[in-house]
Amino acid sequence: MKASTLTRVAAQSILKNKMRSLLTMLGIIIGVGAVILLVAIGQGAQSRIQQQIENLGTNMLVISPGSSSQGGVSRGMGSFNRLKVDDVEKLQRESFLLAAVSPVVATSGQIVGGQGNWRSRINGVSVEYLAIRDWDVEFGRNFDASEVRSMKKVVLLGRTVAENLFPGQDPVGQRVRIRNVPFQIIGMLAEKGQTPEGSDMDDVILAPYSTVQTRLAGHQYIPQILASTFSPGDIPAAQDEITAIMRESHGLASWEEADFTVRNQSDLSEAAQGTTEVMTLLLAAIASISLLVGGIGIMNIMLVSVTERTREIGIRMSIGARGSDVMTQFLVESTVLSAAGGLLGLLLGLGGARIISSVTGWTTTISPLTVVVALAFSGAIGIFFGFYPARQAAELDPIEALRYE
Amino acid sequence: MNDTAMVIRTRGLTKTYVTGATEVRALRDVDFDVQQGEMVSIMGASGSGKSTLMNILGCLDRPTSGTYELDGIRVDGMDRNARADIRNQRIGFVFQGFNLLPRTSALEQVELPLLYDRTGRKENSIDIAARALDRVGLGDRMDHEPSELSGGQQQRVALARALVTEPAIVLADEPTGNLDTRTSIEVLAVFQELNAQGITILVITHEHEIARYAKRIVRFRDGRLMQDEPVLDRRDAVHDLAEWHDPDEDEAASAFAPIPVSEGGAA
Repeated sequence: MKASTLTRVAAQSILKNKMRSLLTMLGIIIGVGAVILLVAIGQGAQSRIQQQIENLGTNMLVISPGSSSQGGVSRGMGSFNRLKVDDVEKLQRESFLLAAVSPVVATSGQIVGGQGNWRSRINGVSVEYLAIRDWDVEFGRNFDASEVRSMKKVVLLGRTVAENLFPGQDPVGQRVRIRNVPFQIIGMLAEKGQTPEGSDMDDVILAPYSTVQTRLAGHQYIPQILASTFSPGDIPAAQDEITAIMRESHGLASWEEADFTVRNQSDLSEAAQGTTEVMTLLLAAIASISLLVGGIGIMNIMLVSVTERTREIGIRMSIGARGSDVMTQFLVESTVLSAAGGLLGLLLGLGGARIISSVTGWTTTISPLTVVVALAFSGAIGIFFGFYPARQAAELDPIEALRYE
Repeated sequence: MNDTAMVIRTRGLTKTYVTGATEVRALRDVDFDVQQGEMVSIMGASGSGKSTLMNILGCLDRPTSGTYELDGIRVDGMDRNARADIRNQRIGFVFQGFNLLPRTSALEQVELPLLYDRTGRKENSIDIAARALDRVGLGDRMDHEPSELSGGQQQRVALARALVTEPAIVLADEPTGNLDTRTSIEVLAVFQELNAQGITILVITHEHEIARYAKRIVRFRDGRLMQDEPVLDRRDAVHDLAEWHDPDEDEAASAFAPIPVSEGGAA
């Protein structure tokens, strides 16, 4: 039989038994629908988790100055500092993978204002620093690029500093003096908590790095540059990119050792990677189970169908159908059924995902890969689970099949 | 051999079924010939071997021993696929229970054998199927499904399906078994008409009245061919229909459509 004829015969047979066809497809419809829905919810959750982990700073890179040694004695990290504002600007200009770059000019000093005085760290940073650290301004505002350029004496107070200097008051708009230099408070940072080492991240003052460099630190070198990528997956490539740009910026020949180091938060990103992998595995397991059940459903009903249509098979054989014709017919039928079931299941899953995200507000993500894999799988299931019933049909004895009531 | 071609020729045809320790000899040493253009009735009680003979002649089954030539081809040793092809191209079946596919139009039923044709000799299968339906007088019922057709009409669809591949022989197994007397005669009229056009027909029946519409009657008993004689008082179905009178079935009589005779002659 020609392929077109085969498809026609299979389609006729499917359409002539609408109820049975629908029941056969039901397993696959529900299976594929469930898979699409679960994967959509799962991938939504996955991207949410990933986002939350990213907030911890998994996509953050730290560029530190290299070490120098004198007479064979290494003087440790940062002993030879050549990081400059030029490096920051070059990174901002030339990098493709970095979402944000900020220098961190750290100093410390006595801060006077409000109810008294307090000693704290003062970090000179760029506008992008808060984005890199995923840190919000609770009251007031962040400083802007023009304030950085014009070395405005503006600061953002960390929670701890604000509570000590201005207990129970709104510090925004007030003034503080840092090492006798007056600064205007333009914002207060949200609470950030402690580092694992126990130091208080909220005990800090942020100011434009240009201001800190000229007014407080008094040197042009930058102790640290922070950068963030768009996603944690970009980290390794971004590290290479930063290294290349920095080497160029520092005019290093290829044999020369780098005078800086680029490090990442590998613990966190590995944890994120791990979570994602476990999630994917779990979903794959659920997916394969429901598709397996759907496939067994197809086999079940195809076997019933072969029994029910024994007479039809006998008739077809009596008018000259070979075993292989009958087998192909049943295989095409089960494949068409499960592929159509897969398509309906896909629509069901897409609709379900939409309903769930509108009712619960969860994010659902449907990737094209999920769709393709689900459809290909349902087709393959039709062939795989249709094979046994089809062979049963093909091996029937025409005489007995004709006599079958 | 005669001038007319031999369609069926069996020599020493034997079929033995073994069930456990018992051997059932369904056919014993049958020599049976059918010539081109014959219409033969095979009679016998149940268990006489006529169904077994039908299965073997129809290439649905193989004999245990003996030879069988169909249309000049040795078919007794053929494998499953070869026999399927022979059934497709040289044999047309008509069964007692019509054996039409449910929910399938008459035209699709008749087209079906052409779809299984591997020789590719039939190109416009729909047209050929339509012509076959015309031939049995169902040209105006092509889109009807079996449930929309009377028993007689269903049997005529089955006959069209048997004829569509222009087989060497039509094997009819109790073709009137499920029909009332009048409809039986109607169907037999179609058989006789086709036979007059040159189609070789083999009718298996246990009813003597039905058998007498053939030209020759062969009787089987206990697997043996007991009697083989021409029908001297052959009945004419068209004549019988004209004579037919049943006061209860005036309606049926008016519904009966005369069977058109198409050109084409011998297949």
